[in-house]
Amino acid sequence: MRSRDFSKLPLDPDVDVVSRPLHLRWRAVAVVFVGGFFGTAARDLLQKAYPHHDGGIPWATFAINVGGGFILGLLLESLLRAGPDDGWRRRLRLLAGTGFCGAFTTYSSLASDTNTLLLASRPGNAIVYSVGSVAVGIVSTWCGIRIAALLPAASRGEVA
Amino acid sequence: MGLLFVTFIAGALGSVSRFVVDAEIRRRWLRSGPWPTVVINVTGSLALGALAGWAHISHAGATVDTILGTGFCGGYTTFSTVSFETVRQLQERRYSAAGMTAVACLALSVCAAVVGWHLVA
Repeated sequence: MRSRDFSKLPLDPDVDVVSRPLHLRWRAVAVVFVGGFFGTAARDLLQKAYPHHDGGIPWATFAINVGGGFILGLLLESLLRAGPDDGWRRRLRLLAGTGFCGAFTTYSSLASDTNTLLLASRPGNAIVYSVGSVAVGIVSTWCGIRIAALLPAASRGEVA
Repeated sequence: MGLLFVTFIAGALGSVSRFVVDAEIRRRWLRSGPWPTVVINVTGSLALGALAGWAHISHAGATVDTILGTGFCGGYTTFSTVSFETVRQLQERRYSAAGMTAVACLALSVCAAVVGWHLVA
């Protein structure tokens, strides 16, 4: 095809999109939306299946945050080792990381439930729940990262 | 079932909001580090504290708290990213920065939830 014919070709939407920031591309936003939908659903259903009594520690939210940290550590370290952040790796990061793990875990419930425990005059439970979540969350996330780092090179990227 | 679906959609919109707010804070002010996530968690905790306070004093508030609290605020704020960024700082041997991230995010978010509650309830 001669160069003068190019002006007659329709604009390729992908070319325009390359220079646009990721969070302003509808496809990336849609992927985060889908991951966020299922992350919220999983969190809400787990919290309803394992409710906590007034003044008690919300163990479901505790487990969700600790478990979600582990999954995110495992995911992001696996993706990092699988190659550069583009193509399927970026889509999986946005779907499972930013979308699912981001919505599955929650900081506002942690903060608000800590407030509720303080209002119920349970300062011991408030401290165990809040500080315990953060401390155990850091350990679990570190474990996820270390496990991804230990996996053999051939299977890296497929684990997530 | 309808309320469940609306809650999950609100959570998805919260996730998209976090994605956009995080990227815009990084583009305008802070290139790297955990602080955009801390800003998101503190503002989301303020909102959830207020919604929980509203749910405490009215039945209408309870439904709104489910959709906007469990849904939107839950999807908007995130625990896993803060944990991840704290561990990354530890791996870079930036111990005081890691401690600062973890402590500041928790303390500021809990304070925000307390303030939000007392603004309403």
